[in-house]
Amino acid sequence: MFDSKIRAGKLEEKWVDYKGHCKLVNPANKRKLEIIIVGTGLAGASAAAALAEQGYKVKAFCFQDSPRRAHSIAAQGGINAAKNYQNDGDSVFRLFYDTIKGGDYRAREANVHRLAEVSANIIDQCVAQGVPFAREYGGLLNNRSFGGTQVKRTFYAAGQTGQQLLIGAYQAMERQVALGNVTMYNRHEMLEVVLIDGKARGIIARDLVSGKLERHFGHAVLLCTGGYGNVFYLSTNAMGSNVTAAWKAHRKGALFANPCFTQIHPTCIPVTGDHQSKLTLMSESLRNDGRIWVPKKQNDTRKANDIPEEERDYFLERRYPAFGNLVPRDVASRAAKERCDAGYGVGTTKQAVYLDFRYNLINKYGRAEASKKGIHNPDEATLVAFGKEVVKEEYGNLFDMYEKITGENPYEVPMRIYPAVHYTMGGLWVDYELMTNVPGLYSLGEANFSDHGANRLGASALMQGLADGYFVIPYTIGNYLADEIATKPIPTSHEAFEAAERNVSDRISTLMNIRGKQTVESFHKRLGKIMWEKCGMARNAQGLQEAVKEIQALKKEFWNDVRIPGDINEMNPELDKAGRVADFIELGELMCIDAMERNESCGGHFREEYQTPDGEALRQDDQYMYVAAWEMKGEHQWQLHKEELKYEVIKPTQRNYK
Amino acid sequence: MEHYTMNLTLKVWKQKNANTAGSFETYQVKDISSEMSFLEMFDVLNEQLIREGKEPIAFDHDCREGICGMCSMYINGRPHGPWHGTTTCQLHMRAFKDGDTIVVEPWRANAFPVVKDLVVDRTSFDRIIQAGGYISANTGSAVDGNAIPIDKNKADKAFAAAACIGCGACVAACKNSSAMLFVSAKVSHLALLPQGEVERKSRVLNMVSQMDKEGFGSCTFTQACEAVCPKEISVSNISRLNGEYIIAGLTSENS
Repeated sequence: MFDSKIRAGKLEEKWVDYKGHCKLVNPANKRKLEIIIVGTGLAGASAAAALAEQGYKVKAFCFQDSPRRAHSIAAQGGINAAKNYQNDGDSVFRLFYDTIKGGDYRAREANVHRLAEVSANIIDQCVAQGVPFAREYGGLLNNRSFGGTQVKRTFYAAGQTGQQLLIGAYQAMERQVALGNVTMYNRHEMLEVVLIDGKARGIIARDLVSGKLERHFGHAVLLCTGGYGNVFYLSTNAMGSNVTAAWKAHRKGALFANPCFTQIHPTCIPVTGDHQSKLTLMSESLRNDGRIWVPKKQNDTRKANDIPEEERDYFLERRYPAFGNLVPRDVASRAAKERCDAGYGVGTTKQAVYLDFRYNLINKYGRAEASKKGIHNPDEATLVAFGKEVVKEEYGNLFDMYEKITGENPYEVPMRIYPAVHYTMGGLWVDYELMTNVPGLYSLGEANFSDHGANRLGASALMQGLADGYFVIPYTIGNYLADEIATKPIPTSHEAFEAAERNVSDRISTLMNIRGKQTVESFHKRLGKIMWEKCGMARNAQGLQEAVKEIQALKKEFWNDVRIPGDINEMNPELDKAGRVADFIELGELMCIDAMERNESCGGHFREEYQTPDGEALRQDDQYMYVAAWEMKGEHQWQLHKEELKYEVIKPTQRNYK
Repeated sequence: MEHYTMNLTLKVWKQKNANTAGSFETYQVKDISSEMSFLEMFDVLNEQLIREGKEPIAFDHDCREGICGMCSMYINGRPHGPWHGTTTCQLHMRAFKDGDTIVVEPWRANAFPVVKDLVVDRTSFDRIIQAGGYISANTGSAVDGNAIPIDKNKADKAFAAAACIGCGACVAACKNSSAMLFVSAKVSHLALLPQGEVERKSRVLNMVSQMDKEGFGSCTFTQACEAVCPKEISVSNISRLNGEYIIAGLTSENS
C-alpha cells in the first residue's frame, strides 16, 4: 500500500512534530516556484491566498465567471471550531472524537486530530479578514449546535456562513492578484494533468469562452475541485459541480478512495417533478429549533396544522432521546426514509416529513423576548409575533428561499423536507501531507477523502476546506518543493504537454463527431436515476450488480448517440457538460463496485444486508477497517488497495445516539 | 397552492459572441409547470432546441439557490424578473400565466460586455475588489477571534452589506450603469468593522477610482439598484460610501 506518511509518536504531538521537522523553502526560492491551483472554493481560494502570501507564484483556475462563485458559497449553517467559548466542555479532543465517531470509524485519527487542532485558528483568521460572524449583545462571537455533538461549537453568519467565509478567502486571494502573486484564470476548465518523469508538472486547461486549449506549467498542482454529488443528477450541488479534474487525475494514476461514501442530507426541499434540475438544502442548523415529525396515522391526508399534538410522531426524538433532532445526517436521513417507506410520509408525493418550528418559536424565542420586554402573561399571538422576529434573524434567508420555491410560508405551516444527495466523503486518496500517490499532485477540501470517514458531521466541510488551505498545505507543500528549488520551469513545448494536449483535443473531437440523437442532459438524468435507486440511501449486492451493467451499457450508448450542438472553438456549455457527464458515468461504475465490495454498513454507506435488528448501520470492523483506494487499470477495470485504519486512541464501538 | 401549466412566448437576446451584433429571437414553450423555476423553463427550451438541431441559448447559472450570483437575466425590463429580493434562479413560473410573452435580455452596461447570448463579462467587479476590497491580514497572524468585541448592531449591519452576491443587477437596473451599490456594500462591510479601520481611507479611494476606470457611470441616487437587488442591499450604504469618500479625500495622508 502507498505510505500515508503518518508520523510515529503521540497523537496530539504528531502535527506539532511534523511542523517542527518538515523541510522549508526560503523566501527567495519560493519566488521561483510555481503552483497551479484548480478550483477556488474554500480550499482552493484559501490555499491560493496563503501560498501567495508566502511568496509562491500561484496560478488559480475556476470554471465560473468569477472565483467568488465556487459552490462553497452555498454552505449555510456554520463552521465548527474547538474554541469552547460557551464553557460547555468542548476541547480539541472532543471535536476530534465527535468527528471520528460521526464518520463511523472510517477516518484517520492523525488527520482528524490535526483538523481539530487548527480549527480554532480558522475562526481567528476569518475574524481578522472581516468575516461578519453572528455575535452576542456583548460583542462576542455566538455559537449554535449541529448534529452529532452535544456542545455548541458552530460559528455562523445567519444562513450564509459559506458565503461569508468564501468571500473572505476570495478577497484575500484577490489581494494577492493585485500584488501580482496570483494569476487568475476565470471560465477555464482543467482537462488533463501533465506528468513528467512521474511528477505532476502542469495541466491542460480549456478556455470556456474561446474553446482554446492552454498549457500551464507548475512545480506542483493542487486539485481543490469539490465533490462529485452530481453523479446522482439531482443533488444540492451547483449545476457546474463536477468530478472531471479529480477523474482526470485518477485516469493518470491517482488513487480514488472510498467513492461509495456519499452523504444524503436529511433536510432538503422535496422533488416536485421531472423538470427538477437540482435540490435545495434547508440547513442542518434548522434542526436546532425545528422538530421533525410525521402523523401517527398512515396516509393521513389532513393538513399539518389540523393534526393535533398527540397524533404527531416526533420520530427522531422517540428513537434517539439523547440527541433527538440533532442526530448525525446519515441517521436522520434513514429514519425519514423508513417512515416514508412505511406509509407515514406527507405532501402530495408522500416522500416528505415535516420540519416544524412552532414549538420553539413560541416556547423558546417567544417567551424569552416577552420576558425581556417584561410581559408576564403573553397570549399565543404575542409569543408567535415575538418568536417570528428571532427566527427571522437566525434563519430568515432560508425561510424566504423555502417560500420562493414551494409557495408556502414556513412561519405558518411546517416545512416539508426529504433527504437528498449533498456531500461526498470519498475522493482522491491523499497522504498526511494532502499529496496523492502522484508526486507533486495534491488534493484539498471535499475533493480528497481524508477527514470525514463514512459520514461527515454538519459544519465540518467548511472547517476542513479552510484547514487544508490556510493551515495544512502551506507547511506540507514546502516539504516537497524544498527538493524542487533547482527545477527550472519546464517549457510547455515539452513533449509531455504536447501529448496531453493532443489527448484532450482528440477526446473533444470524438465527442463533437458523435452527432447522435440524445441530449447530454438526458444521459445525465438516466445515470442519476440508476445511482439514486441502486447506489443511494440504501444499497444491496444485487442492485449494485445490476447498476454496474446498466452503467456500462449507458456508457456505450452515450459514446454512440450523444448530441452536442455548436462548435469546439466557441463558448459551448453543452460541450462542457458532455465532458463532465462522460466522467460521471465512469465514476458511477466505480462507486457501485466500491459499494459492492464493502460488505458492511457504515455511516452514509448503508447495505441492506448489514443492519442491526432496529435498522441501524452494522459495521464489520474485523474485515473492513480500511480505506478502499482504487487504482484504474483500464476501461471498467480497477485494482483495490487497502489502507488499514489503526485506532490508537479511540476504541471503535457501535455508534449510539440514543 | 394550486399548480397549473402554461404555454409561453419567449423573446430572447441571441448574440454569437462579443464581436457580433445580436438580435431577439422568438421561441414558443408548452406545458410549463408553475412549479418550475425560471431557469428550469430555460432548460426545457434548450432541450427542445437541441433536439430540433438548433443552437441552445447560453446563459450563466450555477448554484440555483440564489447565492452564487452567477445567474443574470433581464426579464421583462427588470433584472432578475418580477419578484422582489429574488435572483433569476429563484424566480418560479407561478409568477407568470398561460399565454404570457416574456422578454429576456442580458445585463446591459459598458463595463459588462456581452460574451454570448445572455452571458456577460463581470470581471470588472473582481478588479474593483482587487483595488482594495479586503483587509490585509496574512494567514497565521490573527489574534483570538474574541479579542476585539464588536457591537452587535454594527456587526449585523456589516453582515447585511456583506450579503451582496456580486451579480450586477444593480448595474443593469441603473440608467447610468453605476456600480455604486456594489462598491458601497463592500466599503460598508469593511468600514463598519474594527478590523477594517486601518485601510479604511485608502480602500474607499482606490475602489471608487477603479470603479471609474472600469467605465461604470456615476450615481444619481434614483435607487433603482436597491429596488432590484436580490439581497435587498440598502442604498444607505451608498450614503455611507459618500461620507467615507469625502472624509478620506480630505484627510487621507496618501492623497
